[in-house]
Amino acid sequence: MTWRSAKVVELHDETATARTIALAVHDWPGHVAGQHVDVRLMAADGYSAVRSYSIASAPSSDGRIELTVERLQNGEVSPYLTQQVMVADELEVRGPIGGWFVWRPEQTGPIQLVAGGSGIVPLMAMIRSRISAGSTAPFRLLYSVREPGAIFYPDELRSLSDQRDSLIVTYAYTRVTPKEWPRPAGRIDSNLIASGAWPSNLRPTSYVCGPTSFVEYTTDLLMAAGHDRETIRTERFGATGERK
Amino acid sequence: MAIISRGFAGRRNAGDAKLPPGQYLTTDFPVLSAGPTPHISLDRWEFTIDDGSSVLKRWDWKSFRELPTETITVDIHCVTRWSKLGTSWEGVSLDVLLADVKTDLPYAMFRSYGDYTTNLPLKDVMNKQAWIAFKFNGADLEPEHGSPARLLVPHLYLWKSAKWVRGMTLMPHDKPGFWESLGYHIYGDPWLEQRYSDQ
Repeated sequence: MTWRSAKVVELHDETATARTIALAVHDWPGHVAGQHVDVRLMAADGYSAVRSYSIASAPSSDGRIELTVERLQNGEVSPYLTQQVMVADELEVRGPIGGWFVWRPEQTGPIQLVAGGSGIVPLMAMIRSRISAGSTAPFRLLYSVREPGAIFYPDELRSLSDQRDSLIVTYAYTRVTPKEWPRPAGRIDSNLIASGAWPSNLRPTSYVCGPTSFVEYTTDLLMAAGHDRETIRTERFGATGERK
Repeated sequence: MAIISRGFAGRRNAGDAKLPPGQYLTTDFPVLSAGPTPHISLDRWEFTIDDGSSVLKRWDWKSFRELPTETITVDIHCVTRWSKLGTSWEGVSLDVLLADVKTDLPYAMFRSYGDYTTNLPLKDVMNKQAWIAFKFNGADLEPEHGSPARLLVPHLYLWKSAKWVRGMTLMPHDKPGFWESLGYHIYGDPWLEQRYSDQ
């Protein structure tokens, strides 16, 4: 796997702390939704730092990928990517990486996505891949965020949810809810699994991504609701928020 | 050809000399697992060694915990780039478990509750290089870190240190385990930065 030059072609902020970076990657071999890349930054004296980031965009043949990066306090790479990098800057990427936490359009069965915070990123690639491939696989998303302003891709998710048979999104707000929201602030619980997730007898494949503690309790809830261990795939982020 | 990232200074750790290439230090203990955490009761736990056709050794939790243990302090390195220095573990050396096993088979597939597998050359788990660990920093392992017991092979990337380990199958030829079939390196030496299968 070789390092490839990548030019920043577009930037936009998703939230106060997260930014989407669109890259045009030289000779990009293509990816599958859910995969990630290594990003390498190099200082003028040759010192380099590498971190992995999930790809947010659907597979496409034009060599363009999008990453959404959450800025970490005391991070080494994420502050650069979310605050300093500018359009036309160049960096290096290697990948795609990962063959387990992936969704392919050949999968026709129901899909349950469960996102905690920035864990939405690889799941968004799956949602976008479903659309771009014209798949009719039924998708549901349970998305846990601290507050309304922390939602990534809110307009896109709203417009997809408004289309018939497209995507059903259920939010859990852990700290602050929107005004007149029927459910009090709190994390995903068994009631929300019962009302927002596919019933286990449909045998959906579940993809759960978020901080370790989030993945631990939500996978326990899914299994308590009858979902088989073999149907649940996970990707955990460490306390630092970078992909682990 | 290296590309300089405009305005990137980076952060250089004083301890970098002790780190394998491409790793950074962390003080927390992140978790990497492909699926839900299995919860295993001690009365049903067992560890077996087999050669693919017959079981050569078998321990239940009680007999396993009667084996001599060692306290080990080692650095650990995850393929996702974090390293943690000076971690302290208690476990049973594979040398103890393999003491009466006579075999010419040079490879092993370690098997876990939850169906995880990882492959290792037998010589890499002998001679004070590998343990079945059940304590971390003096306390029982947390479920997400492999409770009740995990393999510890600190000289290789940490995915080789299978959590929730339940046994090992000796093999005549090397064969990829779970992550090794999904793009990760067959051997995984952090000092040679053997992260990916097609690097």
